Amino acid sequence: MASVTHDVVHEAAAEKARVAQPYMNPYLAGIGLGLVLLAAFVLVGRGLGASGAFNSTIAWLVSLVAPGYARSNEFLSAYLEEGTHPLKAWLVFEVAGAFVGALLSGLLAGRVGVAVEKGPRVSVGARLAFAFVGGGLMAIGAAFARGCTSGQALTGGALLNLGSWAFMMCVFGGAYAVAFFFRRQWR
Amino acid sequence: MSAPFYELGAFGDEASLIVAFLIGIGFGFFLERAGFGSARKLVSQFYLDDLRVFKVMFTAIVTAMLGVTYLSWAGFLDLSLVYLVPTYWIAQVVGGLVLGVGFVVGGYCPGTSVAATATGKLDGLLFVLGFATGTLGFALAFPLVKGLYTAGDVGTKTLPQVLGIPYGILVFGVVLMAVGGFMGATWVERKMAAKALPAVE
Repeated sequence: MASVTHDVVHEAAAEKARVAQPYMNPYLAGIGLGLVLLAAFVLVGRGLGASGAFNSTIAWLVSLVAPGYARSNEFLSAYLEEGTHPLKAWLVFEVAGAFVGALLSGLLAGRVGVAVEKGPRVSVGARLAFAFVGGGLMAIGAAFARGCTSGQALTGGALLNLGSWAFMMCVFGGAYAVAFFFRRQWR
Repeated sequence: MSAPFYELGAFGDEASLIVAFLIGIGFGFFLERAGFGSARKLVSQFYLDDLRVFKVMFTAIVTAMLGVTYLSWAGFLDLSLVYLVPTYWIAQVVGGLVLGVGFVVGGYCPGTSVAATATGKLDGLLFVLGFATGTLGFALAFPLVKGLYTAGDVGTKTLPQVLGIPYGILVFGVVLMAVGGFMGATWVERKMAAKALPAVE
């Protein structure tokens, strides 16, 4: 019995290895990410980001539907500079690049394919609803914080920025505080 | 001083967008390599069985921090020209807590949801749509939340300034903290793996 189970496990592992490679050593991936961040500092004098690209895109979309309102809204108007297209923003191009880079890495490792990431005890529909709601919550958090895990925690962390470190501690604190209540989605 | 190149006029706005795209490729590539295109890998951090979020993030922070430190000491990079987000500590504490809850509920953060979507994760796509909706909601409600958004304004402040510790000493302290954290994280992972093993002879 034991040997049969063993073989099955091994075959499953071999099958999996043919389909997708294991992830990179976390320290090596961290050094790679850190060097990309350093390149951003040296080349342009700013760090990485993600949420800012969403702000530019939303500001642009609102300006298409209601241009007057978009200009009068203090939050949106910050992303609508006179004379420049709001999508010609640094972070919009950076996030477009991130999409391509992730796809490239995924293709090289055989990790691209339609899937839903979830634990075994939650339905696909529920997981997708949670993903949408979580994204909405995070947008509110990132807006208050003036950045997300990339623009604040990673970038500001490396620059020893006061608000970034306060933010980073609170992200981990908030997540650990509620992880127990959402365990059915993941475990 | 020769860097930051863009700030010192080595290239213009148009070229900076090409640089943005190329830097983005590197960013997305290493996010996906690290396993951050997978919500299950990301949230493992909060269930303690795989602490790679902490390991990758702090290795990246230490790498970039040391790079910036040495390059500015060598007189190559003018650190005063690198953009710092101003601190509004109350808004950032509240934002951080909400973002942390959103991480466990949604499974991603903005950057990693892009990496997930790029590799075909439908939950990553729904997260992106939720994030866009939330951004719109925040913008529409901005007059109501502006008070909290601007709460705790202390200007642009760094940890060495606030703690009164010399920059170099603090950098060294962060490196020590990270190394200690990595050892602690590996210890926790081993404990969790031992606990998860079924009791087999």
